[in-house]
Amino acid sequence: MATEGKIDPMHQFEVQPIFDGFTLFGQQISFTNSALWMFVVLGLLYVFMIGGMKRELVPGRWQVMVEGVVGFIDNIIANSIGPNGKKYMPWVFTLFMFILFSNLLGMMPFGIIPGIHPFTVTSQFTVTGLLAAISFSIVLVVGFWKHGFKFFSLFIPHGTPLWMMPLIFSVELLSFLVRPFSLALRLFVAMIAGHILIKVFASFVVQAIDAGGASWGIALLSILFIAFVSALELLVCAIQAYVFALLTSLYISDAENLH
Amino acid sequence: MPQISQLMEVYGSQFFWLLIVIGIIYFGIAKNMVPKISKTVDDRQKRISDDLAAAQAGQDKAEQIEADYRTSINGARNDAAAIVNDAKAKVAKKNEAAIKRAETALAKKADEADAALKTAQSAALKEIEAVAAEAAQAIVKTVSGAKVTATDAKKAVKAAF
Repeated sequence: MATEGKIDPMHQFEVQPIFDGFTLFGQQISFTNSALWMFVVLGLLYVFMIGGMKRELVPGRWQVMVEGVVGFIDNIIANSIGPNGKKYMPWVFTLFMFILFSNLLGMMPFGIIPGIHPFTVTSQFTVTGLLAAISFSIVLVVGFWKHGFKFFSLFIPHGTPLWMMPLIFSVELLSFLVRPFSLALRLFVAMIAGHILIKVFASFVVQAIDAGGASWGIALLSILFIAFVSALELLVCAIQAYVFALLTSLYISDAENLH
Repeated sequence: MPQISQLMEVYGSQFFWLLIVIGIIYFGIAKNMVPKISKTVDDRQKRISDDLAAAQAGQDKAEQIEADYRTSINGARNDAAAIVNDAKAKVAKKNEAAIKRAETALAKKADEADAALKTAQSAALKEIEAVAAEAAQAIVKTVSGAKVTATDAKKAVKAAF
C-alpha cells in the first residue's frame, strides 16, 4: 500500500490487471482485481442464497434470513410500484444484493492478511454508472413502450398553468435526465468517502507511532475514530444499497404508472 | 483519483466483467432461485392460513356438537323428570287406592264386628233375662211359697231391667 514510505489513500481504488485477457472493440479486457472481487461477491451471494433454498416448512435461521431479504425487496416493489411491479423484482433484487454484498465485502478487514488487497467494487464509477445506466434504460424502455409519446406528460405535473408549461417541462426533463448520474454518484461517493476517511486516519496512526512520544495519544484517538467510522460505514453500506434499489423502483414506477 | 485517471483504460474490462456477474446474478439467482424462495414463503403462508381455517372449522364443529349435546341432554333430563313425575303420580294414586280399599275393608270388618257384638249382646241379654226370670221364680217360690208363673216372672224381670 505504501509507495516510497508514503501512504496513498487513493491507492485502494486502483484497478490492476491480474492477467491480461483479450481485446474487444479496441479495449483491453483483462481480468482485474475488480473483476476478481465481483466474482467473490457473486460467490458469496450464491452461497447465501443456496442456504435459503432448503425450502423447509419450518425455516432455519439461514432460511429466515434469505426469505427476509426476498420479502424485504418484495415489499419495496409492492410499496413503490404496486401490483404491476412483480416483473421488475429480479432487477431490483440483483441491484440490491450486488451493491449490498460489494459494499459489505469492501468493509471487511481482509487487508490484515498479507497479500490480500480488499477492493470495493461499488467504489468504481464505471460500476455504479453501468448499474444506473441499466436502471435508467429500463425506465426509458418501459416508459416509451407502454405510453409512447404520452410518456412526456411525466414532465408536466397536474394542474400546471399553460404559460408555465415550457419552463416546468424543461426543469422536469432536466431533473429526469440527471437521475442516472445522481443514482451512480450517490453510491460511488458514499463508498469512496468512507474508505478514504478510514485510510487517512489509518495513516495518522502510522505517522503518530513513527513520531513517538506524546503522539501515541493521537494514534489512540485515530484508532477510536476508525472504529467509529467503520461502524458508520457498515450502516452506510446497507443504506446505500437500499437507496439505490428504492430509487430504481421509484423511477420504474414513474414509467410503469405515469403519475 | 484512480477512478477518473484510469477510466479510459479500464472501462472495457469493468463493463465486461460487471455485465457477466450481473447477468449471472439476474438470470441465475434473481430469476431462478428467488421465485422458488418466494413460493416457499407463499406455500408456508397458505399452509398456515389453511391450518388456521381447518382449526376454526374444527372448533366450530366441536361447538356445534357441544350445543347439540346440550340440547339432547336437556331433552333427556326433561323426559326423565317427566317420567319420574308420572311414576310418582301413578304410585301415589295406587297407594291412595290401596289405602282407600284397606280403609273400606277395615270399616266393613268393624261394622260386622259391631253387628256381631250387638247380636251377641242382645242374645246375652235375653239369656240373662231368662236366667233371671228363672232365678226370680225360684227365689219367690222358696221365699213365699207362692207360685209365680214363668210369664209373670219374665214380665217382672223385664220391668226390673
